Amino acid sequence: MGIVSPGFAGRRRSGSEKLPPGQYLVTDFPVLSAGPTPRVDTGKWELRIRSETGRVYTWDWAAFLRLPSEDITVDIHCVTKWSKFGTGWRGVSVDTLLADVETSAEFALARSYGGYTTNLPLQDLLGGQAWVAYRYDGQDLAPEHGGPARLLVPHLYFWKSAKWVNGIDLMAKDQQGFWESLGYHNYGDPWREQRYWGD
Amino acid sequence: MARAAVLGRLNWLVGTVAAVRDETPTARTLVLDVPGWPGHAAGQHVDVRLTAPDGYSAQRSYSIASAADGNRLELTVQRLADGEVSPYLAQTLEVGYPLELRGPIGGWFVWDPADPADPAPVLLVAGGSGIVPLMAMIRARAAAASKVPFRLVYSVRSPDTVIYSGELLAREQASEPDGVSVTYVYTRTAPPRSDVPPGRISPAALAVDGWLPRQAPAVFACGPTGYVEAVAGILTRAGHDPGVIKTERFGPTGG
Amino acid sequence: MDYLDGNALGGALGELFAVDVTAAVGQCASCGTTGAIGQARVYSNAPGMIARCPACSEVLIRLVRNEDRAWLDLRGISCLQLALPADR
Repeated sequence: MGIVSPGFAGRRRSGSEKLPPGQYLVTDFPVLSAGPTPRVDTGKWELRIRSETGRVYTWDWAAFLRLPSEDITVDIHCVTKWSKFGTGWRGVSVDTLLADVETSAEFALARSYGGYTTNLPLQDLLGGQAWVAYRYDGQDLAPEHGGPARLLVPHLYFWKSAKWVNGIDLMAKDQQGFWESLGYHNYGDPWREQRYWGD
Repeated sequence: MARAAVLGRLNWLVGTVAAVRDETPTARTLVLDVPGWPGHAAGQHVDVRLTAPDGYSAQRSYSIASAADGNRLELTVQRLADGEVSPYLAQTLEVGYPLELRGPIGGWFVWDPADPADPAPVLLVAGGSGIVPLMAMIRARAAAASKVPFRLVYSVRSPDTVIYSGELLAREQASEPDGVSVTYVYTRTAPPRSDVPPGRISPAALAVDGWLPRQAPAVFACGPTGYVEAVAGILTRAGHDPGVIKTERFGPTGG
Repeated sequence: MDYLDGNALGGALGELFAVDVTAAVGQCASCGTTGAIGQARVYSNAPGMIARCPACSEVLIRLVRNEDRAWLDLRGISCLQLALPADR
């Protein structure tokens, strides 16, 4: 820890039982990115689910929007310590996307336009825990927040909610994604403060 | 670049505020005394770290404003209204307070008066608080009694946001070859008797008042990201070699 | 225009390397463009710092640090040329 700076308090950080350990509440929606914002034309957008046998299931934008969707309100927690309560989204449940997919895979790797990847156990994408979201706060999802569509997995740190998602690979063996291969925790449960390797 | 090379990893040092100097209503210079300071080159910056009693810390980068001077260095901080660190540095800190910093950082965006390989004339282009590292270069030039021609083009919103206005005027008026040519570009409000209406930096400002490509200047551009992008674009389209344009974007991060 | 220059990596890399890396010259492993690391495009508004090639936008350097550890991935650079001090 550095020397204490007399008179410095930093941004207000409120303690609350609803906040995971180490987090603070924000009311804006910070934009974090590891690279330039992809600009994806919905006319060319495609979502591909690839099973561990190599079988591919795809949706173009029109087909994707024809799938049953739901409105959900969730709290989100970023590993950079900000949390935002009550965020409203509309998306297609990943259960819906995987309903007709034959797989015995245990792991998944989400892929995005621009090259980003993130991995998680397949069961964390099921059981009403994950969506491919295309609307936020009553409007089309903006590019800087991951539009046209992003993965939304609110029970894990928000780096797992891949922006600009364009695919999910189902895998028999786990494979680390972009941040997981650079020190970030392989699972990332905010309630157990699993930020980095070894946490 | 030998003097700028610091052997050994960077460590946090604790300096003391020796003096403060208001530059504009929203910008203040901190004069710091830092025991163990290894010296620095003009253009380098420091990382400043503030720590609250509960251990929460925030860190930002600030360009060094002064030429190397033993254990002393100066930082000029522009207070951002919604900043987390700049209000503390620009208002809360007082003489005698400690400040944790590490550096000097950066060996690329640097001008060294002793570098014999680089006698090229120098064009400095500053947007707002981007003047700070360029002022270190101007001061280093003076301290070394260098005769390398320097021209500064400095974009500001209005005359009362000019940092170092008195010193820049004195350096402009100094006799050749010590003087530095200074051109101001006012983007919002021009001075009362100006015959140039306010507006963004243009190719004309960089051609007439800057240097032409055939004069092969070394260029240092510093300021907000959008400004630096615009300047680099103007200069490369005017024929300047992109390889000699060095930039330091301040960006929107932190505050 | 949401990126900074390679200088922005200077502090973080200065914690790991005994030499200044921003003045070092690197070759992009993707497109072969060579340039000073100071010219890279650094995205730092993220859970880590990502430096990208100004020519092809591919990742050059990735860096994450927390209170007691740092993770560094230099695979995006095929090689790094560092100047040595003159008095060696």
